[in-house]
Amino acid sequence: MLLSVNSMQKMLTIISNVLKGSASKNVARVVAARTYADFTAEATFDVKKCDTHRLDDAPPTKSVLTREDALKYYRTMQVIRRMELKADQLYKQKIIRGFCHLSDGQEACAVGIEAGIKPTDHLITAYRAHGYTYTRGVSVREILAELTGRRGGCAKGKGGSMHMYANNFYGGNGIVGAQVPLGAGVALACKYLDTDQVCATLYGDGAANQGQIFEAYNMASLWKLPCIFICENNKYAMGTSVERSSASTEYYKRGDFIPGLRVDGMDILCVKEATKYAADLCRAGKGPIVMELQTYRYHGHSMSDPGVSYRTREEIQEVRSKSDPISLLKDRMLANNMASVEELKEIDVQVRKEIEEAAQFATTDPEPPLEELCNHIFNNDAPLEVRGTLPWAKLKSIS
Amino acid sequence: MALLKSCVRSGRNVFAVILRRELHKTAPALVQVTVRDALTQAMDEELERDERVFLLGEEVAQYDGAYKVSRGLWKKYGDKRIIDTPITEMGFAGIAVGSAMAGLRPICEFMTFNFSMQAIDQIINSAAKTSYMSAGLQSVPIVFRGPNGHSAGVAAQHSQCFAAWYGHCPGLKVLSPWSAEDAKGLLKAAIRDDNPVVFLENELLYGVAFEVSEEAQSKDFVVPIGKAKVERQGTRITLVSHSRYVGHCLDAAAVLAKEGIECEVINLRSIRPLDMETIESSVAKTNHLVTVEGGWPQFGVGAEICARIMEGPAFNYLDAPVIRVTGVDIPMPYAKILEDNSVPQIKDIIISVKKSLNI
Repeated sequence: MLLSVNSMQKMLTIISNVLKGSASKNVARVVAARTYADFTAEATFDVKKCDTHRLDDAPPTKSVLTREDALKYYRTMQVIRRMELKADQLYKQKIIRGFCHLSDGQEACAVGIEAGIKPTDHLITAYRAHGYTYTRGVSVREILAELTGRRGGCAKGKGGSMHMYANNFYGGNGIVGAQVPLGAGVALACKYLDTDQVCATLYGDGAANQGQIFEAYNMASLWKLPCIFICENNKYAMGTSVERSSASTEYYKRGDFIPGLRVDGMDILCVKEATKYAADLCRAGKGPIVMELQTYRYHGHSMSDPGVSYRTREEIQEVRSKSDPISLLKDRMLANNMASVEELKEIDVQVRKEIEEAAQFATTDPEPPLEELCNHIFNNDAPLEVRGTLPWAKLKSIS
Repeated sequence: MALLKSCVRSGRNVFAVILRRELHKTAPALVQVTVRDALTQAMDEELERDERVFLLGEEVAQYDGAYKVSRGLWKKYGDKRIIDTPITEMGFAGIAVGSAMAGLRPICEFMTFNFSMQAIDQIINSAAKTSYMSAGLQSVPIVFRGPNGHSAGVAAQHSQCFAAWYGHCPGLKVLSPWSAEDAKGLLKAAIRDDNPVVFLENELLYGVAFEVSEEAQSKDFVVPIGKAKVERQGTRITLVSHSRYVGHCLDAAAVLAKEGIECEVINLRSIRPLDMETIESSVAKTNHLVTVEGGWPQFGVGAEICARIMEGPAFNYLDAPVIRVTGVDIPMPYAKILEDNSVPQIKDIIISVKKSLNI
């Protein structure tokens, strides 16, 4: 039933008059239905000031958020949260095997970065990649089916958790730190082809000590590459806390001659503003830049790590109750009348449904056919014979 | 002089004879080209042909290349396309691979392949495996090139042959040219290939000149990857080799020919894929096989050839076991007498042939 705003307001006036009339009779008040006209279309929020290194200014401390964007970010973070929890479930049921590194707790990083760059920009990360695979455009269906190793997976079941790719998304990389020079290379291509695009190159606090990252810093700085080096500092590299792994835990300063920002990685608006600031800097030819996102993972390093031998349950609980990225956004939205509790609950229901359906697909889709075992060794190449396990087993590979 | 005498005796017109002789000499326009120049030409032509092709590595630009293989390219193409890198192999190899993933076609030079060990993770895990892991979504059109194997007096850390190491990995194409024609045609093919190619040159061959046919002088001349070349036809025994030792095999064949033993010499050109078909057809004809390589014996190129001969139809044609002539199983020594005795010599090939033929 479509009503114009005007007629809705008339209705409300009538209803409230009736209520006023009956109020003295102590009748239970009927809460009138709220319309979209009631919600705040746009609000400005304070975000924490970023610590800076070699920068004269900093990202803005105020962020404007539209209702539309708020709902979008909320939904996206919920999808990632529920998708990761579903992966946890499937792993415990042994339907997902091998490595499974979950990012629940770090949703504001993936969603905030995506909000600060354009779809035509590029992104590369390490193995805690499911959230980024989603924000870069791959459906939950295809992600879960890749985790369960089925033919409907985004890499046809060939890659698994750590090797998912999409347009302008270069994985998903299993070797700690290797993705950083790769990302600088993508940035080189952006500059070479004169595209005005940037590359967000992610790595963790554990990877931050890798020599090849410093090699990449050097060349990116020498050649002024449009590369945003982003350190997702979740305080633990597997079971090693940052204090035990790094002589300097100020990861935003580790680029030395490269300017840096330290960002509240649990606040999606802070991440968004910082990313936008960094991207603008790179587009203006003033790149590279280093961004450290201070964040936290609820799960252990991977599914084989309960995550409590090197940190306390109290610590995890504290972050959950005080700094959960989804709760922070939700509280802001509700406090500023940007959405109703019911509306957000409805989104939660829809998200759960989407994840359930995706999981259903991921558990029922068949595994890849054996005929495809040897395919895609090469790209754009003539068909090739591949030796099987036995000398006379001549398998076929097509690209 | 003898010609003149014979002409005068037979009364034929001297000038007509001389003219005919001159024309015959110049008809096929063969040119002498060093391997180095062939490589430079290949890169120059491909840089010109495709804007996305670029070269990066240590000293490739202003120094004209540590071994002068990229001489003149920086002057012609400038900083954007010929990039000098700091001495950070892992970093610049990774940057090269990343740029290939994002649409460029890099040529990544290692000053020698010994230094590629620092970057080998990027070559194998980031480049070679990516097409497969992504089920064909992500291609990596990159060439890794540089001198491989031993040089002269550069000692152990600068003398290793990587043909077997890279040849082991699916997802890579591995090439090992010998002649100038090989160098030019294979490098052009490698640059045009949409997959990671490891291109193993040889420092001692850079200065060697070869005759290059007119066809090979064309800007569109490519040599197919994965196909070996029969450099010399023969009937008694097959010699298979790659890179510098093809020359040794031909020299040994020339000596043996004087004793009436005609050797067939096969130049592998490709380590991966390995052209077993050409080797098997040859063995079916000659019934004897000797492999020659500069690298170490254990798990080497010759070992692979032996295994595949055994597994295939050619086994039934062998009249003797395959003999592998290889480098000595030691780190490369420095002193000349030691170095000379650490690598295959022509006499080793001759002895092997005679042993195989039971002479």
